[in-house]
Amino acid sequence: MSTPLVQLDQVRFGYGDHDILSDLSLTVQRGQVVAIMGGSGSGKTTLLRLIGGQLRARAGRVLVDGADVGGMNETALYDMRRKLGMLFQFGALFTDLSVFDNVAFPLRERAKLPESIIRDLVLMKLHAVGLRGAANLMPFELSGGMARRVALARAIALDPMLMLYDEPFTGLDPISLATIGQLIRELNDALGAASIVVTHDVAESLSLVDYVYFMADGKVIAQGTPDEVRASDHPFVKQFINGEPDGPLPFHKPAAPYAQELGLEIVRA
Amino acid sequence: MRERFIAFFSGLGHPFTGALIKLGFATRFFLALLRHSPMAFIRFRLTIREIWFAGVLSVLIIAVSGLFIGMVLALQGYDTLVRFGASSSLGILVALSLVRELGPVVGALLFASRAGSAITAEIGLMKAAEQLSAMEMMAVNPMARVIAPRFWGGVISMPLLAAMFSVMGIFGGYLVGVQLLGLDPGNFWSQMQGTVDLRFDVMNGVIKSVFFGIAVSLIAVFEGFDAPPTPEGVSGATTRTVVTSALVILGLDVILTAFMFRGI
Repeated sequence: MSTPLVQLDQVRFGYGDHDILSDLSLTVQRGQVVAIMGGSGSGKTTLLRLIGGQLRARAGRVLVDGADVGGMNETALYDMRRKLGMLFQFGALFTDLSVFDNVAFPLRERAKLPESIIRDLVLMKLHAVGLRGAANLMPFELSGGMARRVALARAIALDPMLMLYDEPFTGLDPISLATIGQLIRELNDALGAASIVVTHDVAESLSLVDYVYFMADGKVIAQGTPDEVRASDHPFVKQFINGEPDGPLPFHKPAAPYAQELGLEIVRA
Repeated sequence: MRERFIAFFSGLGHPFTGALIKLGFATRFFLALLRHSPMAFIRFRLTIREIWFAGVLSVLIIAVSGLFIGMVLALQGYDTLVRFGASSSLGILVALSLVRELGPVVGALLFASRAGSAITAEIGLMKAAEQLSAMEMMAVNPMARVIAPRFWGGVISMPLLAAMFSVMGIFGGYLVGVQLLGLDPGNFWSQMQGTVDLRFDVMNGVIKSVFFGIAVSLIAVFEGFDAPPTPEGVSGATTRTVVTSALVILGLDVILTAFMFRGI
């Protein structure tokens, strides 16, 4: 088997004394769509930023296409990012540019192409996300879901080798959701690329991906193919898939006892 | 009690070290900015857009303020000069005050509040909306694509605006001095021409405005880039841009003036 496209090896990361990720290891092979699932605050977005080199691990190695992201200088880092496409949670469209110019941005900045070809490429990418008709709108005229689809068109503009999706399904209507899911799969297979989808949309992801990692408290606590995951009797996985409020994943952030904080209980010294 | 005592004294130096850390960060930011500056000139269209936003859109406030300042200078100057029978020197007074000091200084103060604050807010909001982060992930360096053009657009605009301020001020002085107070126009202009030195007065004024342009633009882009990605963060950064710029402009002016005009 060829070298994996992304490999995290015993990665540790945190701010101050607090570790967000500890001893995290995972592997993404070429051609795979991998989902990273976990509750809010389990370090999923941090993980994407480590892969993109916007954050550096305190310990361990982050390998993209065999090269260690943590050891790269600025030039090498920007060369590596040329292979990446990232869809941000809220789209992060450039608000001073129209939809068309947003999608054209990476093409104009990074590829020296004649304007006529850029125009065709932009329209193709917009057509793929169903928003060719919105080409002349400004970002503030779009709904949240539409903005995300435009951002997706922009992220795939240069056919990246590795796509990173940060919560691609949040806030989409069911039709867009299914379409985007299908698109993630098709793009991945057509380009022979790999995709990492950070999400907590269980139903959509399990029908889409090749492999799932479950994260909690900065660690991978369970992993497997969608079939394995569905059949799993791991208490965390069961809780997450079935959306049960009680289980190993607490809904409440740890705090002092409720009654005590409301002053209903006398604290004994 | 003892812990609080220790905490109080160990925290005494924090404002100082905090400021020092920020200054160090700003210096490294400036070096990175210079390293990524070539693109602002290779793709000069990016910088021209910023000259439009920072410079051209500031022309109105600069021109009107300059006109008013020149008028006030003439009114105040005439009142004093006429007591010494030197009212024919009004043109010199107005022109020297404007070209040496008020053009660069007041021009820069207005520039900081009109354009500097806008640059800070724009960059701060781009950062808050993850636009800079998105750019990085597209392998486009925001330092080269966003920061450097705004910085150089400001640096280029500032001397031009200061010059415009001075010209409008002199025109305002002429309106008041000649048209309103009835001074002889030939006297007004010829005394000004004879006394104001191109190298000594005008060039020193231009040099000042270049320094102010660099200072204000750097403060504006840095505060935007350094702003916490929240509404309060951006609002605080915008305020800091205006306040810090004003202090730095006036402080720099003292130093520059001391170097330029100490012989007189």
